[in-house]
Amino acid sequence: MKRPLFLARRSYRQRRLRDAARLLPILAGFLIILPMLWGDAESDLRRTATDAIYLFAVWLFLIIAAVLVARNLTDEAETGTKLPLDAEEKR
Amino acid sequence: MPFNLLVFAALSYVIFLFLVAFVVERRAALGAAGWLRSPLVYTLSLSVYCTAWTFYGAVGYAARSGLEYLTIYLGPTIVFVGWWWVLRKLVRIGRQHRVTSIADLISSRYGKSNLLGVIVTVICVMAATPYIALQLQSVTLSFGVFASATADGWAKPDGDVTSIWVAGGLALFTILFGTRNLDANEQHTGVVTAIAVEAVVKLVALIAVGVFVVWGIAGGPSDILARIDASGMAEWHMRPSRWSGLIFLSAAAVICLPRMFQVLVVENSDERHLATASWAFPLYVFAMSLFVVPIAVVGLEVMPEGANPDLFVLTLPLNQGQGGLAMLAFLGGFSSATSMVIVAAIALATMVSNHIVMPFWLSLRPARAVPGDVRRVILLSRRLSIAAILALGYAYYRGSGGSAALASIGLISFVGVAQILPAMLGGIFWRGATRIGAIVGLCLGFAIWAYTLFLPSFGPDAVLSAQMMAQGPFGLHWLRPQALFGVEGMDPLIHALFWSIALNTIAFCAGSLLTFPGPVERVQGAAFVNAFESEAGQARGWSVQGAEGAEDLLVMAQRILGDDEGLSFFEAEARAQGRAGYLPDPTPDFIDLLERRLAGSVGAATAHAMISQIAGRSAVSVEDLMAVANEAAQIMEYSATLEEQQEELTRTARQLRDANEKLTQLSVQKDAFLSQISHELRTPMTSIRAFSEILTEGDLPGELVAKYGGVIHEETKRLTRLLDDLLDLSVLENGSVQLNLELSSLRGMIDRALAAASHTQPNRSFVIHRDLPGEDIFLHTDSDRLTQVFINLISNARKYCDAENPELRIAVRRKGGRVTVDFMDNGSGIPKDKQALIFEKFARLTDQTKAGGAGLGLAICREVMANLGGTISYLPGRRGAAFRVMLPLRLEH
Repeated sequence: MKRPLFLARRSYRQRRLRDAARLLPILAGFLIILPMLWGDAESDLRRTATDAIYLFAVWLFLIIAAVLVARNLTDEAETGTKLPLDAEEKR
Repeated sequence: MPFNLLVFAALSYVIFLFLVAFVVERRAALGAAGWLRSPLVYTLSLSVYCTAWTFYGAVGYAARSGLEYLTIYLGPTIVFVGWWWVLRKLVRIGRQHRVTSIADLISSRYGKSNLLGVIVTVICVMAATPYIALQLQSVTLSFGVFASATADGWAKPDGDVTSIWVAGGLALFTILFGTRNLDANEQHTGVVTAIAVEAVVKLVALIAVGVFVVWGIAGGPSDILARIDASGMAEWHMRPSRWSGLIFLSAAAVICLPRMFQVLVVENSDERHLATASWAFPLYVFAMSLFVVPIAVVGLEVMPEGANPDLFVLTLPLNQGQGGLAMLAFLGGFSSATSMVIVAAIALATMVSNHIVMPFWLSLRPARAVPGDVRRVILLSRRLSIAAILALGYAYYRGSGGSAALASIGLISFVGVAQILPAMLGGIFWRGATRIGAIVGLCLGFAIWAYTLFLPSFGPDAVLSAQMMAQGPFGLHWLRPQALFGVEGMDPLIHALFWSIALNTIAFCAGSLLTFPGPVERVQGAAFVNAFESEAGQARGWSVQGAEGAEDLLVMAQRILGDDEGLSFFEAEARAQGRAGYLPDPTPDFIDLLERRLAGSVGAATAHAMISQIAGRSAVSVEDLMAVANEAAQIMEYSATLEEQQEELTRTARQLRDANEKLTQLSVQKDAFLSQISHELRTPMTSIRAFSEILTEGDLPGELVAKYGGVIHEETKRLTRLLDDLLDLSVLENGSVQLNLELSSLRGMIDRALAAASHTQPNRSFVIHRDLPGEDIFLHTDSDRLTQVFINLISNARKYCDAENPELRIAVRRKGGRVTVDFMDNGSGIPKDKQALIFEKFARLTDQTKAGGAGLGLAICREVMANLGGTISYLPGRRGAAFRVMLPLRLEH
């Protein structure tokens, strides 16, 4: 199947949005694993309060990012049903 | 708080849920589900992930291990935020193939293998049993908390009695709503809505306790932070292996747990709901875990020493005299436990009944004569399965003594179901994954899980002896359950997770790489992996002939779906086929649809088996289709051969026809030749006879005698010439002519020819144009024969050239190894339509008397030239008659 070289701005945005949807869990994993690298090397004791604030902040950020991605992806699904969605999804 | 008030509250809560489920079922049956099938309900139903373990256990977990409890929620957050990868595909596949459970998914993916279904079911049941026990334990404990808090004579109830009541009650509720109908989609709208209501209750309860703790006991968030820093939880151990391992584990569990799969995939009514759930579910678990640390910190601070931190959610409000809040917390915990048990029991019962009971039952009843109502049998098996699963949970609870910390039981269960992950992800992303690979991987992972985690969890000497734990089986040091292959110093849970998943994945991949999948497997594999590419990626088909088959199918469908539903399904299909009022034609499409619909009730493998029983004699499996395809290929090959042969025959026939035509022509030519010959011979003979008769009569004057004798002589000469020519021609045509090859000058030959031809019509004066230098060529050929050709051509020109002042041009050209000699006169030439004839025998353009020849000259020339390796041809388009003689410079014999 031949794929077009240039896309309309709208469909280009939507493809990048799908990329964002794919990348989000990777970013999430990175941010959540990150605290493992903090702290001093000798003991793995950590400040509970600081870590809790960081983790909940990251969590909230991920939720907001997911809202943005999901809302736009659903809009596309609702308004753009006439587009050959599945065909576009073939990668 | 009076204990009976508590029981009353719990009972009325259950009745309330019951009513919710009932009303919703009614509305759904009327087709007015409306907002009940909204993304909100879907998301809330997903909260079945948060069980009593979350509700009570998270606080205890936090009190013991600090922030590590967050891993249990961060894993699912990653999975949901990344819904575009896995969840979207799972839901799509689940809807496309009407998957009824995770066992059905795996079994369906790997060629509808029932063995795989059984394996997955066994793993799930074994993993879920401790988990169900955990829920019973938490409900029992929470009852116990209230009882012990009463000072007014309510003795602490017997924990065993409570738990058996709880188990029985839950079984009843589950059976009532989980198996009320045998829905095609295996969806339980009523139950899901009840679960959603419970989700709200537990969220509200936990947040209420949290708010009370943060703003009621402590002085707001900053105070809580200060208290955290001041408490024993100020610092926590972050062990990277546990942190990352548990995040992975919970991420795997959220898609592999049977109850999660049930609400996530099976109960999904609209794929778009998943988009909402992708952020709403993380938000839900975020809210569920936000107040855990504050509750734990304040609990540790406020509660007396030795209080069970697992119950702080309940005991803290009680301790602070907040009876109502405690009641809410109790209902929250009760909701968590019941929703988990109900959904898990439904999911597991579906699996047990579809993959173990029904195949077994069907195998007991061979052939198509299935007596009784299959539907009833299925429902019965479901109900019995639910009861059995709860009984198992209860037995585990009694057996384990309910002593272990809640969190560890939950994690053991997680590791168990995580064994399904490689087969599942491999199944939906890798077409090369095979049944054998999945079986080997699952079995190995399951065995390692049981050996390193599940069996040791019963405590030393319970199943595995303490000596074996320390020394390994048979003294094999490297096989110690918690230090496999010499890996020591690892946390037992992470150790088990690491080895089971690693070896599971390796075995799965190796098994898949080394084995060859069957046809059904490959078809299903392609359909699963390419779920987004084609809606109808199904290449299986049935063919049932005639109305008889349709009737059997109807009977079977009615047995499974129920009379009315089966009939209406068939009626709808008949209408779609344009045969309203009759049974639908059992087209492959229809049977495929029916199979999927039945798969919704009894699982893909069973539905397949049942349809094949009915389709019986004409069942077409993919293997059959392949055989058919093979046969078809053979037939095609055969017919191709036939076609080829036929073509060859046609070709031969055409050649024969051509040959026949040629022969006929030759025969005609021969006849013509004979008649010509006889005519040619007859004419001179007639005059010879006439004159000789006159001469024999005598009395003739001398000059007359001389004259007549002359005529006879002339005619005889002509006859002789004719016969000579004929003889010559036949010799030339046979190719048996003796050529006298020698080197001779072309000019000499032309000289001789001109001299000889001058006898022909000597009265005409011809102007001859010659190219003397060009004629200086020596040819290696038969000069007499060639001269004969030249004589012929020149005398023809003399005879037929009709110009006033006749001229003859003889042009010689040498080209490569060939010489061409053109004879061109300035007459009117030969008409176009006659040009093809001139080289034929007896061809004469003018009347015979004028020509005075037999018409064999040019025919002889042609034959001579052929014998000399050259050609003679007429050159059209010149002004007069032009002949070209072409011959090789050197004729090799």
